[in-house]
Amino acid sequence: MSAPPSATGELERTVDHAAAAARFVADDAKAHWHDQALWWVRKKRDAASAAVPDWEALRDAAAGLKAHTLSRLGDYLDEFARNAEARGAHVHFARDAAEHNAIVHGILQERGITRLVKSKSMLTEECHLNPYLEARGVTVTDTDLGERIVQLRHEPPSHIVLPAIHLKKEEIGELFHRELGTAEGASDPKVLTEAARQHLRQRFLEAEAGLTGVNFAIAETGGVVVCTNEGNADMGSTLPRVHIACMGVEKLVPRREDLAVFLRLLARSATGQPVTTYTTHFHGPRPDGELHIVVVDNGRSRQLADPVFRRSLSCIRCGACMNTCPVFRRSGGYSYGYIVPGPIGSILGPARDPAGHRTLPFASSLCGSCSDVCPVRIDLHHELWAWRKELVKRGLLPWRKRAAMKLAGAVLRFAWLYRLAGWVARRLVPALPRRLAYGRWNAWGRQRELPPMPRQTFRQLYRSHRDRS
Amino acid sequence: MTAREEMLAAMRRNAPRETPRPDLARLGVKFADPAAKFAESLQGVGGTCLRVPDLAVAGRAVAELPVRQAAKKVVSLVPEVEPGNLDLAAVKAPRELEGLDLTVLRGELAVAENGAVWVDAQLLPHRAIFVIAEHLVLVVDAAGVVNDLHEAYARLAGRPAAYGLFISGPSKTADIEQALVIGAQGARSCTVLLVG
Ligand code: SF4
Repeated sequence: MSAPPSATGELERTVDHAAAAARFVADDAKAHWHDQALWWVRKKRDAASAAVPDWEALRDAAAGLKAHTLSRLGDYLDEFARNAEARGAHVHFARDAAEHNAIVHGILQERGITRLVKSKSMLTEECHLNPYLEARGVTVTDTDLGERIVQLRHEPPSHIVLPAIHLKKEEIGELFHRELGTAEGASDPKVLTEAARQHLRQRFLEAEAGLTGVNFAIAETGGVVVCTNEGNADMGSTLPRVHIACMGVEKLVPRREDLAVFLRLLARSATGQPVTTYTTHFHGPRPDGELHIVVVDNGRSRQLADPVFRRSLSCIRCGACMNTCPVFRRSGGYSYGYIVPGPIGSILGPARDPAGHRTLPFASSLCGSCSDVCPVRIDLHHELWAWRKELVKRGLLPWRKRAAMKLAGAVLRFAWLYRLAGWVARRLVPALPRRLAYGRWNAWGRQRELPPMPRQTFRQLYRSHRDRS
Repeated sequence: MTAREEMLAAMRRNAPRETPRPDLARLGVKFADPAAKFAESLQGVGGTCLRVPDLAVAGRAVAELPVRQAAKKVVSLVPEVEPGNLDLAAVKAPRELEGLDLTVLRGELAVAENGAVWVDAQLLPHRAIFVIAEHLVLVVDAAGVVNDLHEAYARLAGRPAAYGLFISGPSKTADIEQALVIGAQGARSCTVLLVG
């Protein structure tokens, strides 16, 4: 099983990706199933992107728009806030997670609200809003089906677009039998979805406030845009009187027309659909209601100052890099121990806390597949590599890796030593008993077989070829 | 300094050198028959497109829909096509709308590349009607068919920004073992009548 996060939603602080992944792959059949499930989504993404003739031009435009926006983020945020306020929204500013949580709680408390429905927002996960509110007497219901499932299991999402992708329908059937009273043994996705629909409708009807994330915020018009397939954000923003929308500062786009670029990329990259079912544009509150927009920094402006890692602020959270990553598919979202897992999470996690997330940049084969699918052209595998160098510089590498690197460095520096090592290895390794050759010290050999030792060295081979020609 | 001033200052201080805004003019797709492509896209996301020559035929088409015939509570904002039987003016709180079987709304734009319809919902008496209803019918003028989202936003640009949304087919989810289930939380079906 994957590492179980504690009931408060807080994950282990220091993550050992390899150890957590080893727990995930211990269930071999399930690990293969997880791999296949995500690969299927990746193939749908491929088909959807191939059907769009200007796909590469769209990616260029998206990357260019993001770079431009980041270079003037302060101005665009200012413009956005003023326009949103002119339309009657309340705009709140939060420097960090604690301020964000206090603002949301303050809005609820002032109005005596104790029942909140939420639609998916990775930002509130980042801020650990649910446990904060629950400790203060607010009942929080996550309403995206996948999120509701993991909430009932007291787990955080294991994937940013597919929060319950790590679970089999039988496990969800058991959970719903226990929590929602579905028939024992019922595991048909249709039956389970219907049960969730009825259960969630009740929550929507009882709620006094709805909280949603934000996919895009438009500086030009002061509007925010939310994309869902289920319509849960629409239920949550139209039934209760109070709507709270929480966003990181990086969600800004300059103009309304820019949405065309991002919306054409987002759903296709995420699930292979041409667009999400609902793409709702909010400009101001409804006539009898309130709209609060909470804008959060929480380290983003610091990340903006870094010439290498600022590009990861362009991420539109489509999840494509996860679905394609051979390491993610085989190790599961929880092995990353960060709110955003996979390649992009392995860049964002260490940016927040380098020591705690130092194993994450190594949870990659650097194959470059993530960079190939990224709709906003983030050079993910380069950034992962840059993080590895950075961790070495800061002395944060585990001692085993450090020792191995030192040794390799020395051997490669002296030609005679390299030759000698080769000579010894060719003779020694075939003679070693398995137990010795694959002992605890050989981390590399845990999942792999050593290649057969060649009889000739490369130098000998090269010489004999040159002499023949 | 307030949080607002501090955040704006930090972003201005830490921003990289300004990069120009890219030109979006050359983006987009063109279809030989956008209306036919729209019907195909809508079907691909689980919806149904019906082509009708005028509003009178549209009315007859709605009356014949099985979801209309089975419906008890119907809200319609397109009375020329469907009279409806629920008076929205009498509805005080949106939660009274639970149990609504069908909503008939006007859509303004139909996007060929993705099967989405733009609904300007700024003036809806209760915004919940499009999502709380079990079934949804959207009536769109054939002149409102555009190739892609770039064209859609270009048309919207002339108007004030409002509360509005693109709806592309019925509500759906694939959160349980990636099995696609239609009718997750919002409408279980979405029929678009393309008029003209
Ligand atoms: S980094 Fe790119 S591919 Fe990964 S989630 Fe973000 S936008 Fe998608």
